[in-house]
Amino acid sequence: MPVLSANNITMQFGGLTAVDKFNLNLEPHELVGLIGPNGAGKTTIFNMLTGVYVPTSGDIILNGQSIIKKSTHDIVSLGASRTFQNIRLFKDLTAVENVKIAYHNFIDYNMIQGMFRTKKFWIEEKKAQEECLKLLDIFDMGEYANTLAKNLPYGQQRKLEIARALASDPKVLMLDEPAAGMNPNETEELMNTIHFIRNKFDITVLLIEHDMKLVMGICERIIVVDYGKTIAEGTPDEIKNNPEVIRAYLGD
Amino acid sequence: MDKSKRRAYIINTIAIIALYIIFFVLIQTQTMNKYFIGIAILTCIMIIMAMSLNIVAGFLGQMALGHAGFMAIGAYSSASFSIALFNSGTELPNIVVLILAMAVGGTIAGIFGILIGTPTLRLRGDYLGIVTIGFSEIIRIFFVNFQPTGGAAGLKGITKLVNFNNVYWITIIVIILIFTLGRSKQGRAIISIREDEIASESAGIPTTRYKVLGFSMAAFFAGIGGALYAHYQAFLEPSKFGFMFSIEMFVIVVLGGLGSLTGSIISAIVLTILPEMLRGFAEYRLLVYSLVLIIMMIFRPQGIFGRSEFSLTTAIDALILRKNTKNTVDGGES
Amino acid sequence: MNLFLQQVINGLNVGSIYALIAIGYTMVYGIIKLINFAHGEIMMFGAYFAFIAATSFQMPVWAVLLLSMTIMAIIGVAIEFVAYRPLRNAPRLSALITAIGVSLFLQNLALIIFKPEPKVMPKIFPEMIIKIGSIEISSTTLITIGLSLVFMVLLDLYIRKTKQGRAMRAVSEDKDAAILMGVNVNRTISLTFALGSALGALGGVLYSVAYIQVYPTMGVMPGLKAFIAAVLGGIGIVPGAMLGGFIIGMVETLTKAYLSTTWADAIVFGILIIVLLFKPTGILGKNTREKV
Repeated sequence: MPVLSANNITMQFGGLTAVDKFNLNLEPHELVGLIGPNGAGKTTIFNMLTGVYVPTSGDIILNGQSIIKKSTHDIVSLGASRTFQNIRLFKDLTAVENVKIAYHNFIDYNMIQGMFRTKKFWIEEKKAQEECLKLLDIFDMGEYANTLAKNLPYGQQRKLEIARALASDPKVLMLDEPAAGMNPNETEELMNTIHFIRNKFDITVLLIEHDMKLVMGICERIIVVDYGKTIAEGTPDEIKNNPEVIRAYLGD
Repeated sequence: MDKSKRRAYIINTIAIIALYIIFFVLIQTQTMNKYFIGIAILTCIMIIMAMSLNIVAGFLGQMALGHAGFMAIGAYSSASFSIALFNSGTELPNIVVLILAMAVGGTIAGIFGILIGTPTLRLRGDYLGIVTIGFSEIIRIFFVNFQPTGGAAGLKGITKLVNFNNVYWITIIVIILIFTLGRSKQGRAIISIREDEIASESAGIPTTRYKVLGFSMAAFFAGIGGALYAHYQAFLEPSKFGFMFSIEMFVIVVLGGLGSLTGSIISAIVLTILPEMLRGFAEYRLLVYSLVLIIMMIFRPQGIFGRSEFSLTTAIDALILRKNTKNTVDGGES
Repeated sequence: MNLFLQQVINGLNVGSIYALIAIGYTMVYGIIKLINFAHGEIMMFGAYFAFIAATSFQMPVWAVLLLSMTIMAIIGVAIEFVAYRPLRNAPRLSALITAIGVSLFLQNLALIIFKPEPKVMPKIFPEMIIKIGSIEISSTTLITIGLSLVFMVLLDLYIRKTKQGRAMRAVSEDKDAAILMGVNVNRTISLTFALGSALGALGGVLYSVAYIQVYPTMGVMPGLKAFIAAVLGGIGIVPGAMLGGFIIGMVETLTKAYLSTTWADAIVFGILIIVLLFKPTGILGKNTREKV
């Protein structure tokens, strides 16, 4: 059974159809790439899958449950989290605080206990601190735990955003151009990290990417969209030789 | 709790007690006369008001220009409560009546915070600002027209229950509670909304609920400030809670640094005492005050402390050990 | 029915004054995203200068208006230059606090110079009663409405048809792009303050004539109402400010006449809140969503 599926989702802005009857089935543990030229509708698809936009028509099923019209934070607790194309960190908070905010649902004390700092508060905060540091360590970011997010190097900011997305314990992780702005070395490192976390947390990863090398290198399956429609789907090798794809990317 | 945190707790506790003893001695020896005690009490109330406003303006990052309205609700409801209680011939000690009145004022203001916050908090920036002014003015006009609480002539016959002793400790407790709120998971969620609402929602934070929570907590503490004000002045007048009073509180918060609670405290102290000190300038008083405001903003637009907190521990370290003179960046207990 | 028509005319009278003041708020907001809290005080000083010109110097009415509007245009530009320009790249709230500071400063300056006691504003317009059917309208009311409309039309033409007007629209649309297109942003902002302040001064003169007095805190309430009018119409949009001004003036006058004097302001605020809840960016405002 797919962990996340979209059935004929369509998104119209006024008269413009940004995404047209898009279909998607993500099986557990899959690593899927979503590619396409600029303006093809990739980010719009992400926004629908995460509840930022409500599709004009169609249905989205996450873990057997329809998430149409559910709010973004509900979708996160149902198991789908994401990163953003143009990094959206909590800039004036430290790296570990960024992660802790997404760990929110696993910290169990109420506001009164928090304000009066009961025993439960200390236990839960300690647990949260440890868990979040552990997560940062996975990304080799332990040393940056108390650095303000805005002061992190660019590559680390990208990684922190992924760490934050993982803190809510998702089943599906959606990465919007995770390698944007990275140099080849950083991209290489990121590829390994994505592969590693997919196995370690046993999650499904859907990523939007422009960097062909990254997509071809780690994705098991690739979906190509153009003008809001799926134009090809298959393994990296199949996609590489697909004439439709070549046409979409290079023009006629 | 690690060692440095424990040390910070001890230092702060000592400082709080020492400050109290200083005031106690000054008052007992009558070095501090009634006028100065009055200013000290009003300063404490303004600290509570500024800190509570900082929950909305600093933590939540919303422009709220109607804080006086919540203060008015807290003041009037707590005063009505204590008047009714005394009329029923209660034999409860005064401090218990005060605490009950504060609870009533805070709770009712908090409920209004939820009622007003729920529909309005989806507005952004300046639009939210003007709507909060609107609600606050409606509240004031309500009290002008509401005869059971004295209408425009004001509410008389409130028993004076507040003195420096109790207001000092109540202020300390409120300061601590707002600090701990800011550093709890709820506080973090509220702050994340200020940082980036969309990212916050995507990190699984129910942003609408936390906005309303932050707004109503601010209203709750403003209600407590109002209750203290009512039981100190022993007289309430709707005109006190006008638009300019809200602005005055907002100025204190921005000047202290949005999101910096210690900044709010210091700024509340300075801006309450400054106009009093300028009394010598007579009619030039507010002129000087406004000039100070403009100049401060031009030279230090992020407020006195920006978003960081002043830490006594760090200050002591700097003084004694000459380690470093920089304030700790948010995160250290102060 | 006649009484009602009479009230409608009163509403138009107050509304046109609010509209004039609201334009200043909205123009400044549109161009530098600042709520210019000092605008109410600009209006007040405008009224005082007119008062001095009319009483001490016995100037003719056109000179009174011209003098008051010119002086306030210069003061408006000076305020922007001294107090707001240094904060142009600072957090927006700091600029807002500065504006509050300027407002307090001007108010207290007026208290010192002019003393708190209200002064009687002379009737600067020719006084007569005009009868239309059984409705009586004073010439002052007609002149107020007429003058406001003329200046609003002129402003609208200026913004839409001239090169400087285009520059204003360009800067409020996208400041950085405007710079790249060779627009002199500083000069455009100064011009905006000059125009807004001149109209604010005119509003102040008309307001003081309508209520027959001038006093240092006279700018506070009409300032706040005009600001509400600007938000109601959609802040940053000039026709919105005009529309908002007339709505607020009308609502206020009719509530005072038919419902309650003491609740009138509460009702004005209530309407603002209800409109914003349904249309969060004002009547003529466009809803923009943040791009994710």
